[in-house]
Amino acid sequence: MALFELPAWTALAPALVLALTAMVLFIVDSISPDSRNSGLLAGTTAAGSIVSLGVAVWYILAGVGTPTIDGGRGVIDVLGDQFVVDQLALFFMIIVAVVTALVAVASYDYMEDHTYQAEYYSLVLLAATGMSFMAAANSLVTIFIALELASLPSYALVSILKDNRGSVEGGLKYFLIGALSSAIFVYGISLVYGATGHLQLTNIAEVVEAGDADPYGGLLGLGILMLIGGFAFKTASVPFHFWAPEAYEGAPAPIAAFLSSASKAAGFVIAFRVFTEAFPVADTASAIGVDWTLAFVILAIVTMTLGNFAAATQNNVKRMLAYSSIGHAGYALIGLAGISAGGGELVMGAAMMHLFVYGFMNTGAFLFVALAEYWGVGRTFEDYNGLGRRAPVACFALAIFMFSLAGIPPLGGFWSKYFLFTGALEAGLLVVAAALVINSALSLYYYTRLVKAVWIEEPVTERDALAQPVGLYAAIVVAAVMTLALLPLFGPVADTAVDAATAMLA
Amino acid sequence: MMIEALIAVALVGAFVTFVAPNRIAGKLAFAISLIPAALSLWMFSAFDGSGNALLGGELAFASEFEWIQFGEYSISWLVGLDGISMPLVVLTTILSSLAIVSSWTPIDERESQFYGLVLFIEANLIGVFAALDFFVWFIFWEAVLIPMYLLIGIWGGPRRKYAAIKFFVYTNVASLVMFGAFIALVFGLGDVTTFALPDVTAAMLDGGPDGFLGIGGTTLASLVFVAMFLGFAVKVPIVPFHTWLPDAHVEAPTPASVLLAGVLLKMGTYALLRFNFTMFPAEIIEPFVIPIAAIAVISVIYGAMLALAQTDLKRIVAYSSVSSMGYVILGLIALTQFGVGGATFQMVSHGLISGLMFMAVGVIYNATHTRMVTDMSGMADRMPVAVGILVAGAFGYMGLPLMSGFFGEFTIFFGAFGAEGLAYSQVFTALAMFGIVIVAGYLLFALQRTVFGPYHLETDYDVDRAPLHDIAPMFVLLGLIILLGVAPELIFEMITDAVDPILETGGEL
Repeated sequence: MALFELPAWTALAPALVLALTAMVLFIVDSISPDSRNSGLLAGTTAAGSIVSLGVAVWYILAGVGTPTIDGGRGVIDVLGDQFVVDQLALFFMIIVAVVTALVAVASYDYMEDHTYQAEYYSLVLLAATGMSFMAAANSLVTIFIALELASLPSYALVSILKDNRGSVEGGLKYFLIGALSSAIFVYGISLVYGATGHLQLTNIAEVVEAGDADPYGGLLGLGILMLIGGFAFKTASVPFHFWAPEAYEGAPAPIAAFLSSASKAAGFVIAFRVFTEAFPVADTASAIGVDWTLAFVILAIVTMTLGNFAAATQNNVKRMLAYSSIGHAGYALIGLAGISAGGGELVMGAAMMHLFVYGFMNTGAFLFVALAEYWGVGRTFEDYNGLGRRAPVACFALAIFMFSLAGIPPLGGFWSKYFLFTGALEAGLLVVAAALVINSALSLYYYTRLVKAVWIEEPVTERDALAQPVGLYAAIVVAAVMTLALLPLFGPVADTAVDAATAMLA
Repeated sequence: MMIEALIAVALVGAFVTFVAPNRIAGKLAFAISLIPAALSLWMFSAFDGSGNALLGGELAFASEFEWIQFGEYSISWLVGLDGISMPLVVLTTILSSLAIVSSWTPIDERESQFYGLVLFIEANLIGVFAALDFFVWFIFWEAVLIPMYLLIGIWGGPRRKYAAIKFFVYTNVASLVMFGAFIALVFGLGDVTTFALPDVTAAMLDGGPDGFLGIGGTTLASLVFVAMFLGFAVKVPIVPFHTWLPDAHVEAPTPASVLLAGVLLKMGTYALLRFNFTMFPAEIIEPFVIPIAAIAVISVIYGAMLALAQTDLKRIVAYSSVSSMGYVILGLIALTQFGVGGATFQMVSHGLISGLMFMAVGVIYNATHTRMVTDMSGMADRMPVAVGILVAGAFGYMGLPLMSGFFGEFTIFFGAFGAEGLAYSQVFTALAMFGIVIVAGYLLFALQRTVFGPYHLETDYDVDRAPLHDIAPMFVLLGLIILLGVAPELIFEMITDAVDPILETGGEL
């Protein structure tokens, strides 16, 4: 294959394609600034993300990032190790590209009559670029830059409905907490730099392993704690979660889908990379006196429990989904909690699989909310009553998303939760595994509540026939089909995720 | 690939029906359902399996593919039929077709969705009986819940929401308990790295688990046995886990009741036979024999007494299932050829008879809009054919010779009476046989009041004869009931062929 002749930086193509597409949108916008031609804008965005997805899938199939002993082409370093393209990076680039494509297609209808169309789509692409780079960033500096590149457009996107109070308020809250978290994160970086003298993850690991950071153990520990704070913000984990319900509720629903799926996945990939590459568990523990996986054990249990309990008490569908997405962050945190034990690669792989499945089922669920907002049916569970009569296909898809989020076989969510469960058991995290099961059982309550509303309850108000926006429908159906299709396709996904995790932990 | 074809036809048919227009959905679903029905009958005639699927028997129509590898554990697509599952697959396909026909009259809204869900259930039920890898099996097992929840919740009676949620919560919690137990068992087995049931069975009979999480091997096996028994007991259901059943049955639309009583309950007893009574060696089962037999007898008597106390025809039929499934449990725990074989035969037989009874009650309800025994009398005057079938079905329930119920119950009692591993087996059997008297009592009592005597009806509806498409499926069922009653060896031979290895390899006490 021609891959060998390409210069190394082309390995970042999945991210670069997204950036390039954003530039194309700028050009389109400057040629015809008043453009309401949302078809062109949404189409370009979707095309760009599908190309990005295609390139990432091609790289993974061509063996980029797989160890050369397995017949792969090895990890590719870019810019003197500032970025790496390995299986982990490609896996998450795929998630980001998929969600971006779905969101772009769905936004075509949702944003139809809004102003700032070109801005909207280019911000989506820039945020996606940032997330894609987060997947590949290999030094604390590039991680921070990528994180901010993803965050700044997100703040604007949340508050893009300028006439809507909720949107502006959510955006402001998101921005303030985001700024604070960034400050904490960058302070954490400086402390880690102070303790180790390096920013590149592998160099930090060398210093820690050699024991040279031991005199500054307290400094390093504080730095790590602050880094965890930064990740907790980006992944909407406790205790930095409280922006999420506000922001998701206020944001346009496709953006809520985007943030809760892609942005969360991107937050997790840097967490996976930083904590497996830079801070080897045993050596770090001897330097700072504490095993940092303990922090993730606690975070995982608290986050999933708090998210699920809060979700169960909501009356507003979007807030319910927002809290449930906090709960799912808790599930994914298990991936970090278990990596110190034997079988850690299974736990981490399982968390990656969960984020992959989540990219479809959660995006789909939020896109259904977008559809409901498009119809103007209201926001509470009661408002959704009886929608199944009017829109059976979309509601069928919704049922798939809900049952999958709840982890009912045979849907994708069952598999990833099951692998998390066995992974946690193998890693000896009994309490976490138990919490996972109890929380899943609890979550069934509020997920079926939505299914019950659309399918079983009688509508409160008589509705006329509902419009069937093509873009939203297409995105929802694709997400539903993928949630189902993961059943036969789970083998390769599981293989890729576990291989990537094994390589990271090696 | 025949089993895959069966499942695929039903699945694809479900999606096609779901998007078809309401007006043709019923006929379309029936036409589609005839394909798996015909295929399964052909498979039945060409059946060449031997022995028990879990004990190294020769499977019919088997296929196996590698599927998912996670760590050292692998999951594969493993399906096949033996003498126990073959009759149940045929029962599923036939009963699904008939249930679809019997829905043509009562279902008059959102038809395409309704029939789509029925076909979806059919696909999963076939999967439950054919799958031999725990994961594949569990997926089908759980996937049955969702459509049944929706069938009850959308098309059910006035208290449908309550009934649907109760059904879902009860059976789902039970599944979780069972799932956790099985996973713990596989982890405890150590050197077994697949979830294929034959492999797990072989390891269980060859020394059992080493222990897990500090729990010793024997204790673990016993705990798993209990947890799985509880998990399946809810599905069967047996007293005291039966309370979801009358609610679900009474609220469910007729065709859903037919499938619920006809096939879904059999999932529980089928799983009990496959897991609890095949996988575990005799020394693990032994301490539980008396309690299980006691629960079985209590289910028989208590279910029958509850039925006796009802005035709603559908409730009577629903509670009688609790009692009939008690017989099945008694036959299983006897662990003799006639006991287990008779129990398996009774699963098929009860599927046919209870299906028939629910259809007959449904037809009467369609005509009268009441199911209360107190509201009607002399129905035989106005609906002679439907009522005739109801009476015939009731006689089948009571175990009239030459109908399938007789052979099923007789073999169970015969097997249980002489069970060597079951202390006081004669006492248990005698008590259970007393159930027959109560069954005859409440059925005759109900028939006496509704069917015979002068015509009287306390509703404003004109009672008319049921259309042919309501009557025809009942005749098919009645024909099958009599056919199996006259010639039980049609399926009993293949059943005993699959049951015998269970008793040889350690089951027999």
